[in-house]
Amino acid sequence: MNAPPNGLAATTPRVDLIAIAALVAPGSRVLDIGSGDGQLLKLLEATRQVDGRGIEISQKGVNECVARGLSVVQGDADIDLVDYPDDAFDYVILSQTLQATHRPRHVVEQMLRIGSKAIVSFPNFGNWRVRILLGLTGRMPVTSDLPHFWYDTPNIHFCTIRDFVDLCRDIKATVETRMVLDRTGKRVAFNAPLWFWNLFGQQAVFVLRR
Amino acid sequence: MAATELPASDEAPAQGRRRNPLDEVDDPSSLVARFSGDQALTLDSGGRLADWQLAYQTYGELDRDRANAILICHALTGDQHVANVHPVTGKPGWWSLMVGPGKPIDTDRYFVICANVVGGCMGTTGPASLNPATGRVWGLDLPVITVRDMVRAEAMLLDRLGIGTLFSIAGGSLGGMQVLQWAASYPERVFSALPIATGARHSSQNIAFHEVGRQAVMADPDWRGGRYVEAGVSPRKGLAVARMAAHVTYLSDEALHRKFGRNLQDRERLTFGFDADFQIESYLRHQGVTFVERFDANSYLYMTRAMDYFDLAADHGGRLANAFLGTRTRFCVASFTSDWLFPTIENKAVVRALNAAGASVSFVEIATDRGHDSFLLDEPELFATVRGFLSSAGEARGLAR
Repeated sequence: MNAPPNGLAATTPRVDLIAIAALVAPGSRVLDIGSGDGQLLKLLEATRQVDGRGIEISQKGVNECVARGLSVVQGDADIDLVDYPDDAFDYVILSQTLQATHRPRHVVEQMLRIGSKAIVSFPNFGNWRVRILLGLTGRMPVTSDLPHFWYDTPNIHFCTIRDFVDLCRDIKATVETRMVLDRTGKRVAFNAPLWFWNLFGQQAVFVLRR
Repeated sequence: MAATELPASDEAPAQGRRRNPLDEVDDPSSLVARFSGDQALTLDSGGRLADWQLAYQTYGELDRDRANAILICHALTGDQHVANVHPVTGKPGWWSLMVGPGKPIDTDRYFVICANVVGGCMGTTGPASLNPATGRVWGLDLPVITVRDMVRAEAMLLDRLGIGTLFSIAGGSLGGMQVLQWAASYPERVFSALPIATGARHSSQNIAFHEVGRQAVMADPDWRGGRYVEAGVSPRKGLAVARMAAHVTYLSDEALHRKFGRNLQDRERLTFGFDADFQIESYLRHQGVTFVERFDANSYLYMTRAMDYFDLAADHGGRLANAFLGTRTRFCVASFTSDWLFPTIENKAVVRALNAAGASVSFVEIATDRGHDSFLLDEPELFATVRGFLSSAGEARGLAR
């Protein structure tokens, strides 16, 4: 692994990951659920000096992470989060994975048990493009961001921003920060009403605490 | 890289000159560290070994900072001959796929040490060794040995070699138990650890299988209450049966079906007798017969007992995480999907405890149908994991590339 001097991976990290990293206090303990090839953890180590851990379901992803010196455990967020003790982390992060879990509510509850704060990012199914596709064509939307057909998608639990706000209320989680990103992952409309975000947001990032 | 002067055993014993296993017991064809006087080995049983020895092999060179040492811990019937031709069987070392120049545990880069464990029969003090106090073979007079005793002995060897902190420690099965015990007993001496296909305790089912093996040995009339060496006999049949039963637990139903199915051995049809009609029977008999050529029956009793007694959580107030509290060791745990001796769930219990203790831990479950023995076999995903883990740990440790 020949990292450039700044410690970042050779490829530019996803913009939404940079936005997430900015939410993490330097030097904190972080659990990244769905680590993939370790891009976010590597970014957090380099820019926020975190003590990072990960969970990744694929053997390929875990091997890549291990080779990059990351501490990543092969496991399934739906099953394995219960193994972690209470308050083990300052942040538990779930980026672009919520919609692929079998029990999203359980996963978010576990995140809040394990960490002081939970950071959840997800694609907004209330976005106007999705609404138009479903409303006009009468078919499940297939877009560049959501490229799968209904029968082969790993995304089994889509929600809108409004749905997620409801979930937070139901599980009595406090929303500390919420932001909406556009298609390129840039933050948009800092102080807009919820209906506006729900209509125009492509991705949402929530910081929750108990 | 200037090497610190240490005995080296890279040269394999001459091929073709196979030795009698009994000759290896007190005078092994490997390096030997002898301990006596104030260097007695105290044992968990309350006993102690006043004069004892540890047979070991080394590969590669220790660097100037003495920072690149990796201790390999062998499994139940393994020994110190990790990556050289075995002096008794003439076969390649048991982990020669993993350890060697350019291999995942690269002897061009790391200084690799492996010692025959206490209770073994390849040159380290065990039941077949001479008891210096009596002049007779130890036999069952040797106190029962635990995994912690084995690890204590290995630590004394490292003291003698002048190695303070191990860069890494790796092993599967009983070797993995030693890795975990090392990390618990000497956390400051272990920079990184690779426990593979192992558990923090021996399960009831595993104890049961071991008991079957021990009973087979002790039921052999040639066992003679453990005093067979003096009688010039050996409980070959009992030990072979023990090995046959154990060998099945190292494989998997799927792999046996793939390899043997219901194929017949050198015959067209069933014989309606009790010959080895099936290939699997013939294979197992071969495993049993070749095993007794190289292994001491009493040593088999001691090795299995050490595994049975292993329960790391029990040694730490019943909570496994307590064994690793405050550890700074980097762990990488690996299990195999088809391993039913140390299934993933046992390995994951270790991972869970390490997480609870706040340790740095990675974990991979490798998909294979080859069962527990996968850790000894050509498993590219395991090699990739070990290579990646060690090279990133090496960077963190500041080892020369």
